[in-house]
Amino acid sequence: MILILLLFAGLSALTPILTRLLSTKVFYLVALLPAGAFFWTLAQSGVVLSEHAEGTASITEYVPWIPQLDIALSFRMDTLAWLLALVVTGVGALVLIYCARYFSRDEPSLGRFAALLLAFAGTMFGLVTADDIYIMFMFWEITSVLSYLLIGHYTGRKESRGAALQALLVTTFGGLAMLVGIVLLTADAGTTSIAELVADPPAGSALVTASILLILVGALSKSALVPFHFWLPAAMAAPTPVSAYLHAAAMVKAGIYLIARLAPGFADTPGWTPVLVSLGVWTMLLGAWRSLRQNDLKLLLAYGTVSQLGFLTVVVGFGTRDAALAGAALLLAHALFKATLFLVVGIIDHDEGTRDLREISGLGRRRPLLAAVALIAVASMAGIPPLLGFVAKEGVLTAFLEAGLGSADAPADPWGWVALVGVSVGSILTVAYSARFFWGAFTTKKKTTDALAGPQAHAAAHGEPAHPPARSILAAPVVLTLATIAFGLLASPLGHALESYADTMPDAETADYHLALWHGLEPALGISALIIAAGLGLFALRKPFARLQKKVPALVDASRTYWGIVRAVDQVAAHVTVFAQKGGLPQYISTILVVFVLCLGTATAFNRTWPSEFVLFDYPAQVFVAAAMAVAAVMAARATHRLAAVLLVGATGFGLVALFAFHGAPDLALTQALVETVTVVVFVLVLRRLPQKIAQHNKPVRQGRRILIGTLVGVTMGLVGFIALGARQAGGLGDELARLALEEGHGKNVVNVMLVDIRAWDTMNELSVLVVVATGVASLIFVTGRNFTIPRLRESRGRRQATNRRDLVADPHTADASPDDRQHSWLLGGRTLSPENRSLILEVLVRLVFHPAIVVSIFLLFAGHNLPGGGFAAGVLAGLALIARYLAGGRYELGETIPIGPGILLGVGMLLATGTAVGSLFAGADILTSAYFETDVPLLGHISFGTSTIFDVGVYLVVIGVILDILRALGGEVDRQQAEDDVDAAPDDHSVVADEADTRGRVASRATSGPLGRDDEARAGSGDALEEEARP
Amino acid sequence: MNASITLVVLMAVMYGTGVYVMLEKSLTRILIGFLLVGNATNLLIFLMSGRSGSSPIIDGGTADAPMVDPVPQVLMLTAIVINFGVTAFILALIYRSWWLSNLGDEGDDVIAGEEEQDAAEADQAHEFHQSLEGDDDAVRAVLGEGSGAGDDDDDEPSEQERDVMR
Repeated sequence: MILILLLFAGLSALTPILTRLLSTKVFYLVALLPAGAFFWTLAQSGVVLSEHAEGTASITEYVPWIPQLDIALSFRMDTLAWLLALVVTGVGALVLIYCARYFSRDEPSLGRFAALLLAFAGTMFGLVTADDIYIMFMFWEITSVLSYLLIGHYTGRKESRGAALQALLVTTFGGLAMLVGIVLLTADAGTTSIAELVADPPAGSALVTASILLILVGALSKSALVPFHFWLPAAMAAPTPVSAYLHAAAMVKAGIYLIARLAPGFADTPGWTPVLVSLGVWTMLLGAWRSLRQNDLKLLLAYGTVSQLGFLTVVVGFGTRDAALAGAALLLAHALFKATLFLVVGIIDHDEGTRDLREISGLGRRRPLLAAVALIAVASMAGIPPLLGFVAKEGVLTAFLEAGLGSADAPADPWGWVALVGVSVGSILTVAYSARFFWGAFTTKKKTTDALAGPQAHAAAHGEPAHPPARSILAAPVVLTLATIAFGLLASPLGHALESYADTMPDAETADYHLALWHGLEPALGISALIIAAGLGLFALRKPFARLQKKVPALVDASRTYWGIVRAVDQVAAHVTVFAQKGGLPQYISTILVVFVLCLGTATAFNRTWPSEFVLFDYPAQVFVAAAMAVAAVMAARATHRLAAVLLVGATGFGLVALFAFHGAPDLALTQALVETVTVVVFVLVLRRLPQKIAQHNKPVRQGRRILIGTLVGVTMGLVGFIALGARQAGGLGDELARLALEEGHGKNVVNVMLVDIRAWDTMNELSVLVVVATGVASLIFVTGRNFTIPRLRESRGRRQATNRRDLVADPHTADASPDDRQHSWLLGGRTLSPENRSLILEVLVRLVFHPAIVVSIFLLFAGHNLPGGGFAAGVLAGLALIARYLAGGRYELGETIPIGPGILLGVGMLLATGTAVGSLFAGADILTSAYFETDVPLLGHISFGTSTIFDVGVYLVVIGVILDILRALGGEVDRQQAEDDVDAAPDDHSVVADEADTRGRVASRATSGPLGRDDEARAGSGDALEEEARP
Repeated sequence: MNASITLVVLMAVMYGTGVYVMLEKSLTRILIGFLLVGNATNLLIFLMSGRSGSSPIIDGGTADAPMVDPVPQVLMLTAIVINFGVTAFILALIYRSWWLSNLGDEGDDVIAGEEEQDAAEADQAHEFHQSLEGDDDAVRAVLGEGSGAGDDDDDEPSEQERDVMR
């Protein structure tokens, strides 16, 4: 069974592709799968039906899934599952075959439709065979979703969308109630197996009753019973094959199936019989009543289906063995005739171009075979012998009669009479609408004149050409009809098979009814005859009856209630949204913070563990640092100039550096100092483009509120910190970690070893965050796409090979003044800056400091294992060196410094980090386990090199990559955009721009042009001129 | 474990000012607030590491003071670098929003105009609502609620019904 389900899933996924190749023929292909499942199920008949006689279990499959919740992929095929599986796969295969002729080749989204329908067939198969109640529920919900998609097949039609949403909301509402019931029930019973639940139902308690009733809500909503019946007629907006399958044979039967499944164990639950019988009878009468008023053949059938579902609910929910037997037969009968009728309506629709029974005339003469098929199906629906519908109805009437009369073993059940009378009246109406359906669809009506002209007239009148499908479309209805006849004649063997389900009912010992075509002259036969006669009489009197119907107002209008509820929910949601989401980000943060203060404030109010001992300060300097930081923070909050605010915040950051340093946290102090510097620089890079003053939009009222919230949060956090300090019981992990770091991590700097070894997972996640951030920054600034060429000077490649490179650091003042010797500047990129932006001192300084800085950073990187330092600090230091190059030399200098993109740095860094992580797996160790190679090297002494060092190199590269990316984006690209803006403002103002455009052109042609001649450079012009000017 | 009141007070002040600034509409202010709150949080973790001691670096000999708890330091080191990344990202956001609107000092606001935006959202919601109601009405029309369904069989269907039935 699991294999079949997997096949369904796989083929459904492939169907859209296959549809592209095969068009409508794909339906023949996919129909093979349900057909195969049908014959597989049929082949199991022997096992399923015989084994039960010995009282053993049926075919089961079991794969554990979530053992903690006792949920398993368990499937079980007993008689009921066997019956349903045959129905859903058999009808499914036939409907798919029918689809091949029903749809034209140019039907939109045919592939999706075929896939969904096939998936639906598989889901139904899973639903009826699942033994684990949660798995059953999963399939249950999947059918809801698939039905939503199938009903909404015509996505362009309003009624399709509305009906699909309605069906989804109603059935998932029921599903939700059912889930609660299932959880309650399984928690109480201690098992999730349906078979075990039914075989050994938990002792009757209020909880069990409630859970069963909740499950029934789900079943009733799925099977469209009052008060949920309204979604089914609306769902007729779906293509007719969907109606035939989902809304006649399969999905709506899920509710009936569940009732039938639970009935043997839970039919004596208080409320079960009253609820199911009363709602079932009501639904049956209401559906039939409305059905008689419909002029649309499909809607007539839809209301008829509602009625029949009510009928089925009464029968399978009644709870006696005979009723269960009759119910199983009725379920089969209904699937056969109702699917047939829907398929017939689909053919009529295609044939005539309409489904209005007032417009169709004389179809019976034109399509006799179709009429015959429909006649037999209608007769089965009306319960006319010798068809299956008759056999089933006989069984139902007998069962109710016996229950009502009572017997030696069982007291008379008043609900038996209710059910009998209700079902009889409902059946009269059923006969009437059955007759009306056939009359409306196939007879020749006198008054309709244009119908005689045939389909073409309709086409002309309504602009929608009728396209009679090929005769082979009749295959599916014919097969179903033959089954109706055959099962009617073979009632006894069928009944024998179904008895193995019915015998699971509690009163199986005392009941001995058997299905048969002819029971002799029994009361039930008399009732049947009366029903048929009365129904035909009602049909004959249809005009007066219709007038009567018009006068009777609808008792309940469930659909209006539904619309009301939906609208109310919408409005409440809108009000809540408007209320909660007003005021933008500040409002949201305020809400969060107020809740935060309230929660934590309440908790602190009840606190009893204040710190017993505290000091005013750890060392005197702390007070001064803290005071400075507090002042800086307050001033930062009040500052109106962006730059001032940034610098003041930076002051608090540097204050932290001091605190860290005094506290014995050299790594922190180092990293914080470096990061703070970089932050300030990056800030300035952006803020130079923004206006100096921060806009003030806040009204004074808001300011008071902000002060209040800020104060409250501050006080709360202070209290929380204070309490937390006092609450700490255990000492630190310092000593243990130190031992670990030395013995396992081979490093003396505990913090660094923790970063790259003990807590390396954490660091790896952090690296990922950094990579994301860098990418985010780049994508925000490089609006038109990250350009993969790094802006570089045009001559750099040629010049790097030049022999006089050694003169690079030569004094430009004394070097020969030949204009060719452009390498005589301190920083190559400096030439591209305009004179007022250029600082020679800075260039010289950077030139001298850069390489030492890089060396120091590499030292920090490798020394970090034993001394303060490590990948983060080293990376930030290297980043600072790059920043210095950029500040002094401009964006071209950046390209000259590191001619590879930040993406490559980030990628290599991540690769090194993840490589060491994964590498340990290959060595058979856990992920991120580090290995060490120790050796004595001359000069350097004892060297211990571990994979964690490689990891740290990855950290180093990622940090450099992030800073480089930020520099390129917020630095270089912002420069470029500014230059562009300046060009717009004053076309011939800045020489940088001309050079800019020139260089960009050259970058593109660099590959072919090679070193450039003098003419080109003369045209570049401004750059040279600048350099000349820079030389005194 | 005893606490330094000075640091607790400092932390409270930084949280308070940070939140105060963060509640403004200007993105730059929000970033300032974010930095202050970030530093305050670092300080909170820092406080939890207990009193100062020798740095968590094993130098062979027995340390004079007991070693400081290294765990908060590791957490803070991570936090510092992540803080930097997020700061850079918000800066890029600020620049981008300014670049997009290019409206001078209005440029880096979180919301251009509260009322206009509310009105636009209300319009959208209304449109969506109407489309849903249109779908609903179509379903009702199909089911013939409130229209002439149930008329005598011989009556001609109305035009609306004809449309609906196909």
